[in-house]
Amino acid sequence: MSRIFSHSLTQVRDLLRAGDISAQDATRSCLERIAATEPRLDALLHVAGEEALNQAAAMDKNGPDADKPLWGVPVIIKDVLATTGMPTTCGSRILENFTPVYDAHCVTRLKEAGAIILAKANMDEFAMGSSTENSAFKVTKNPWDARRVPGGSSGGSAASVAAGQCFASIGTDTGGSIRQPASFCGIVGVKPSYGRVSRRGLVAYGSSLDQAGPMTRTVAAAAEILQVIAGHDPKDSTSVNAPVPNYLEALTRCGSLKGLRLGLPDQYWGEGLSAEVDAACRQAVALAESLGAEVVPVSLPHTEYAIATYYILAMAEASSNLARFDGVRYGRRSGNAHDLATMYTRSRCEGFGEEVMRRIMLGTYVLSAGYYDAYYRKAAQVRRLIRQDFLNALEKCDLICGPACPTTAFAIGENTADPLQMYLTDIFTISLNLSGLPGLSLPVGLGSDTGMPVGLQLFAGNMEEEALLCAARTLEAHLPKLPETPLA
Amino acid sequence: MSMKISPEKALAIATLARLEISPEQAASLSAQMDDILGYMDKLNELDTGSVEPMYTPVDQPGFLRPDEVKKELDRADILRNAPESDGEYFIVPRIV
Repeated sequence: MSRIFSHSLTQVRDLLRAGDISAQDATRSCLERIAATEPRLDALLHVAGEEALNQAAAMDKNGPDADKPLWGVPVIIKDVLATTGMPTTCGSRILENFTPVYDAHCVTRLKEAGAIILAKANMDEFAMGSSTENSAFKVTKNPWDARRVPGGSSGGSAASVAAGQCFASIGTDTGGSIRQPASFCGIVGVKPSYGRVSRRGLVAYGSSLDQAGPMTRTVAAAAEILQVIAGHDPKDSTSVNAPVPNYLEALTRCGSLKGLRLGLPDQYWGEGLSAEVDAACRQAVALAESLGAEVVPVSLPHTEYAIATYYILAMAEASSNLARFDGVRYGRRSGNAHDLATMYTRSRCEGFGEEVMRRIMLGTYVLSAGYYDAYYRKAAQVRRLIRQDFLNALEKCDLICGPACPTTAFAIGENTADPLQMYLTDIFTISLNLSGLPGLSLPVGLGSDTGMPVGLQLFAGNMEEEALLCAARTLEAHLPKLPETPLA
Repeated sequence: MSMKISPEKALAIATLARLEISPEQAASLSAQMDDILGYMDKLNELDTGSVEPMYTPVDQPGFLRPDEVKKELDRADILRNAPESDGEYFIVPRIV
């Protein structure tokens, strides 16, 4: 009973449904796990233990509800998603005392499905970062090695799921912020197609790039969560009004990879890739071949332009989105200003961290008169070329496959001095957000040099999450299971 | 390589962005921004003359809801997050 937390989401859901354990048992087990691991991990910004236990007790009174697919399952939400009754800080001082008045759409869906919201997870401030070192509050440690970063920006979510603090977390992915930390922490991360999951209540960073998605220990758990959070929301005009397939049913139909054409882009398998990541990923590809997949070479020729394109567009959108933090309606207001303009500037400077300031500045520059065409419009044009690369490649294959990151988790402090160096680590994840297509990162083993987890990415055509989940589930079933995280 | 962003330029951009930065911050930000923008010049290698810019991955035209007035949020709840309010309005330093 005491190790309930170590079950998969599917297992615990079945135990709950059968009445073998209570919602309070599941909640208590996760809270105990949080108490045991959090001093070493620093993955969480707010734990709503008492509220969660009260909710679980109320649910137990009525007994399991078979209509609620996540009845009694404790989950943790990245602190960029609005939650009523719980702070939502985005990892920033400017929102330190902010409590939303509505739930993000995906949080509403989770609650309706019977999930118990246990805590809010640490993150890079406003999701700007690749290591969770940009949080204003704490630096989250990787549960495989506390000297290393968990990745970012959803690093708190990844660490908490890997360490068994919850059965799933919702992260957000603007340029890899679900897939890269999932890869660094040895868990599954899904970035759904743009528009598949509503962005309402997701505090905007790059509005044309942001997507919320599942971070879990198994592919089946990711499918369970996606099933709940996917679907049209009339209150997000970019949410796509299309039927949501039955992902769970799809998973029961896949067993081999026979006939699957797996496209390996040259640009993802060459220079800059560390030997251990290359080896672990190639081994997984060989496994896919042994299960019937056919490997085909493809090309994404504009990959080398993706980082420049992404950062121009993301910073431009960020400078515009973050204009709302002005000290008027919510968030921090400087006590040190007596006129309106000074109140705006001081509130923002006291509230924002260094990376956020840098991105707002760059975004303001690339949108300013005289530079708009040279930077913003130019990047938007290259974005179309990048998407066309994916569409061309997907004519030759069913899924695109490559490493999630050139290396395993890097050391805390290793990339903080040079912001450009940090941006360059995003090379394999950011193109996907520019294209709007869905992707998944699957743990495929531990690197032979560092002993840290390696993630393999799969990309699919628009709205083809089923294909991603199916292939990943099949691979997962044949891969050796990762050991428990040593910090656990 | 010529500097795109001088410390003076950094100060001017900060003003546009409603940020207040010290001369020391302006110096370090200008160097970092220069570095980053220098990297972004890579895009000029590509001839994009005839390419239609892509601002969003959504193909379908924006879906609009019927324009109906609904009361979904409570004023008191919203004002609870306000740094300063009189119970009815957000209060800011005197403007006129």
